[in-house]
Amino acid sequence: MPAPPLIAYTHVGKSFDAGRGSTPVLAVDDVSLEIAAGELLAIVGGSGSGKTTLLRLANRLIDADRGSVEIDGEDVRAADPVALRRRIGYVFQSGGLFPHLSVGSNIGITPKLLGWPKEAIAARVDELLELVRLDRARYRDRLPHELSGGERQRVGVARALAARPKIVLMDEPFGALDPLTRDALGDDYRGLHDKLGLTTVMITHDMSEAILLADRVAVMRAGRLLAQGSPFELSESLDPYVSEMLRTPRRQAERLSALLPLGDQA
Amino acid sequence: MSAFADPRWGEALSHLSDYLGNHVRVSVAALALGLLISLPLAVAVRRRPLLRGALLGLASIVQTVPGLALLALFYPLLLALASLSLAWFGIGFSAFGFLPAVLALALYSMLPVLRNTITGLQGIEPAILEAAEGVGMTPRQSLWSVELPLAAPVMMAGVRTAAVWVIGTATLSTPIGQTSLGNYIFAGLQTQNWVFVLFGCLAAAVLALAVDQLLALIERGLRLRSRFRVALGGIGVAALVAATLVPAVARSPSSYIVGAKTFAEQYVLSALIAQRLRAAGLSASSREGLGSSVIFSALATGDIDVYVDYSGTLWANQFHRSDVRPRAQLLGELQALLARQNITLLGELGFENAYALVMPRQRAEALGIHSISDLAAHASTMSLAADYEFFSRPEWAGLRAAYGLSFRTQRQMQPDFMYAAVASGEVDVIAGYTSDGLIAKYDLVVLEDPDHTIPPYDAIVLLAPKRASDHALREALAPLLGRIDISVMREANLRAAGGDSAASPEAVARWLWEKVGKR
Repeated sequence: MPAPPLIAYTHVGKSFDAGRGSTPVLAVDDVSLEIAAGELLAIVGGSGSGKTTLLRLANRLIDADRGSVEIDGEDVRAADPVALRRRIGYVFQSGGLFPHLSVGSNIGITPKLLGWPKEAIAARVDELLELVRLDRARYRDRLPHELSGGERQRVGVARALAARPKIVLMDEPFGALDPLTRDALGDDYRGLHDKLGLTTVMITHDMSEAILLADRVAVMRAGRLLAQGSPFELSESLDPYVSEMLRTPRRQAERLSALLPLGDQA
Repeated sequence: MSAFADPRWGEALSHLSDYLGNHVRVSVAALALGLLISLPLAVAVRRRPLLRGALLGLASIVQTVPGLALLALFYPLLLALASLSLAWFGIGFSAFGFLPAVLALALYSMLPVLRNTITGLQGIEPAILEAAEGVGMTPRQSLWSVELPLAAPVMMAGVRTAAVWVIGTATLSTPIGQTSLGNYIFAGLQTQNWVFVLFGCLAAAVLALAVDQLLALIERGLRLRSRFRVALGGIGVAALVAATLVPAVARSPSSYIVGAKTFAEQYVLSALIAQRLRAAGLSASSREGLGSSVIFSALATGDIDVYVDYSGTLWANQFHRSDVRPRAQLLGELQALLARQNITLLGELGFENAYALVMPRQRAEALGIHSISDLAAHASTMSLAADYEFFSRPEWAGLRAAYGLSFRTQRQMQPDFMYAAVASGEVDVIAGYTSDGLIAKYDLVVLEDPDHTIPPYDAIVLLAPKRASDHALREALAPLLGRIDISVMREANLRAAGGDSAASPEAVARWLWEKVGKR
């Protein structure tokens, strides 16, 4: 029996003004999508597919024109947007850390906005640094520009988790990292997701990453949701674009297994 | 070394705490007011392109108005406001000195602050702004804890520019009655005291550099996020302000303020009056370098107590009369006109400082020119130089109408340089002043005015309404009335133009008293 959806998009539409004179661009076009509690859903699509817009509709960084978005059964339009954002974690594309604040202050920002006492924030920051595998003594007082890309993204994840949200939204969180770092960070995050019982919506343009990390994958193109389901369900899709998206990981898997036979022969 | 042995350096130094203190006070007040207006305005318009453009455009226009004109414009504006406020609410305020200077300088400081604040806020990466919204900040929280801290270094650079501009431009607030380091420069230029001019420029430059470097320290501190630097710079600025404020609090206010316009004779006469008041046991100080119409309004409102004006100047400029009356009749009517404003015409000093057409004696004799009517025949081949106001004064219109004067060229000149220019033949005729000592020095001749087109310009002592029945003041000044004749005044003016230490207004005033006091 499926769990009740924690996030539910119902016939959602959103268009943007493309400037004077031109017709508005339909960024999200009649999308319905449900994400169950505890699920990790990846949304895959090229640039301009509307995937980022879809993500932002959930914490009201953008408001929908049509349809409804519900979280825990409550329409987000009824919620105060600031309070809503404070209870949903958000990981930005290249970290989005505040350059003038230390790692510790960046991580503790949402608890501070919520009015937590100082000691509670400090303890939570240390706990989170440990969780994302950064040495607390070494990193707490550093400024973002002193960190590597991977470290910055770990801090970004820690910041998103600081106020103990049930939901985490991630906007291409590992896109700008080198493949090794990206792999390690992806695995680490999946571990956190399971351990903390989170519900995560992650955007990526990389189908391989989506298949390896997510429970379910949604494919978007030109504002429309083409397909959604487990990797296995997707592989049965008749949509030509979905098949094309799956072709790359398939070919990579075949070539890799041919070139790197399992086992430890030299 | 020998250049610094000049006693005028010592005299300049003795004014430093007064001039510098006033300069810092007016600059700090103007900058504070400018920031108070500019910062919220810049924040308010940062997301409104139309308003932003309009505001920056307006500030740019203000910037193109020359500093001196901007300062001068605020005086009549405030004067009108003050009389309105007095009529409507019964509350008057002084439109003289500090207030107009602060307002004009504050307006002047706005452009760099506005521009840098807007640029700084717009330069923040959109991703950072999104992150601020995404972690749950309200727009206000985003502004205070993200946008302003990130824009602070660029904003500080704007504040630095504004501070340097304000400190530099504050030297121009002397003519509207605000004492500043400009007092050195204005007095020095008028009395050919180059030591004063140099001292004033150096003092203003050092002050501007010091403030700029302290603010630079704060700016670097903000950029490097170093609290130590920010604190050090802040302490430096606070110490500077405190150091210039303390002597002002300690100093007792003087009871009599003597005004002086912007030329050497006025500096000498105001020094003479102040010396006489002190000799009578009264305390006195001077407000020098005041504009011609500023000084009269300042007397009428009681911001200064006493000064010397000229009958023809008041007749034409203050009372807008273009008819010419005989001397005694004009003085009588003037006294009645002044009495209507409760201003006392205490009496004449004994000499006239009228406009007159002046040319080299030899040339005049060679051409057979004795009067302005003789000159008219030659004028079409000659050039005429005069001060900045002569050509717009009724005297000039009167002369042209009476004698049909029409010169080949007309030039405006700093009065100090006119006499040398006509003596060297650079110009043919100048509109000089009859009491100027340079007339004798360069062997120039004053051309007669047979039609009496130029009104009499008797030097007269005026008292503010609140001093109308001040007997101590009247008694102290009585020995000066009717005692200073044209030849003594010319010699005094020549001494004042001497360019050495005996040429300071104080020294010349003492010499003048030696000459006239014993008669």
